[in-house]
Amino acid sequence: MTKAHIQASRTPAEIVEMPASARVVPISQGRKPMVEISKLYKSYGPIEVLKGCDLVVERGEVVVICGPSGSGKSTLIKCVNGLERFDRGALAVDGVAVGDRASDMTSLRARIGMVFQHFELYPHLTVLQNICLAQVHVLKRSKVEAQAKARALLARVGLPDKEGAYPAQLSGGQQQRVAIARALAMDPVAMLFDEPTSALDPEMIGEVLAVMLELARDGMTMIVVTHEMGFARKAADRVVFMDKGAIVETASTQQFFDEPRAERAKLFLSRILSQ
Amino acid sequence: MTGLDFGVIQRALPFLLEGLALSFFLTAVAMLGGVILGLGLAVIRLSRWKALSILAAGYVNGFRAIPLVLVIFWFYFLVPLALGRSVSALQSVVIAFVLFEAAYYSEIFRAGLQSIRPGQWQAAYACGLGYFQTLRLVVLPQALRNMLPLMITQAVVLFQDTSLVYVISLRDFMTSASIVANRDNRLIETYLFAALVYFVICSIGAASASRLSARWRPA
Repeated sequence: MTKAHIQASRTPAEIVEMPASARVVPISQGRKPMVEISKLYKSYGPIEVLKGCDLVVERGEVVVICGPSGSGKSTLIKCVNGLERFDRGALAVDGVAVGDRASDMTSLRARIGMVFQHFELYPHLTVLQNICLAQVHVLKRSKVEAQAKARALLARVGLPDKEGAYPAQLSGGQQQRVAIARALAMDPVAMLFDEPTSALDPEMIGEVLAVMLELARDGMTMIVVTHEMGFARKAADRVVFMDKGAIVETASTQQFFDEPRAERAKLFLSRILSQ
Repeated sequence: MTGLDFGVIQRALPFLLEGLALSFFLTAVAMLGGVILGLGLAVIRLSRWKALSILAAGYVNGFRAIPLVLVIFWFYFLVPLALGRSVSALQSVVIAFVLFEAAYYSEIFRAGLQSIRPGQWQAAYACGLGYFQTLRLVVLPQALRNMLPLMITQAVVLFQDTSLVYVISLRDFMTSASIVANRDNRLIETYLFAALVYFVICSIGAASASRLSARWRPA
């Protein structure tokens, strides 16, 4: 039996009495996993970018996906919210089958937050408007309600005084934190991060990772494509290593860093950690 | 300069202004209709529906391959046939201009929409916005800024092209000037004045286009 099943069999009172661990992970309480990917295949013309990927992410779990560039990491997480289509296999998020014509992808996407490598803030809108746009037009929140939510989140990501700024007036690190706030404003059940710090100057990486770390500690389900091994060590429950479109290794964070099994993962780790 | 008499302009001014009003009216209607229809054509052309996309491309390339004067002429004869009743020259020319300009504005929109990087669409989709919401709230506001100088330039060309309505005996500014010039036998004065009017109006348009493109250069 997994830890999740044991936890699910307890009564609420017993859970409260449990010793508070450093990190509270509300792992699937008898419910389906947050993300279930099985045998996922995708090709761009003759090039096969995903070769039968399997991955299950439990509720509250933080999974880091790493691997060399071109290994299919970004494609895999973009399949999760349907930004990329896949050719074969099955993918379900929060019980909703992705890629099924009957599934309401728009409402599923509204419940999954995504943060992009190049931030992708809307350049013609202010920070506040960026965070309010989907709240108002997708969740149908009132402007007042949306703005209150936006301001609270801006405070949380450490940018309370930037609501009137346009994206071009912010540093990369600030833009990415706004992008995180924009995603969080939708009250997502899970967050996807596609190389969130790859486009940042080194001195700005820390501020973005700090926000992500706090999010992980709050129990958010996260799938993070990143080369930041320090973040993986601190925040991830599991690390997935991808190479050439295949998931080569899936291991608990400690196991991955202490004794990676796959040769390619060892090589990758030794290269990236020696930098 | 002894022979010149610019009094002819003053005397003919109400007549000339009537012509100018038609030129402005045609420009405004053709621009408005052309922009709306052109946006639709561009969206269809960039859509996933292959058959519709090819039809839209055919429309655009077809109209752009024919001189406007021919389109005006044809529509004058074809529209009554198509509708089964007679229409005024003005009605037929309005339809011709709108359909013709739509082809050009469609190309401007297509370039404008394609100037927005795919990440913007993805970011909007990822927040749960639908296709038309993304178009309206995220992509078009940015694309319009990139497009506005080109749209104004196109309007300037359009304004000059309204002179072509002489082929179906409508009286725009150029045709009015021509009538006055011949009637009063004051060709040099009238055509100088006509050139000046076109020059001033089109220069204002061109200047505002270059000002806008300077102000909105992408950050």
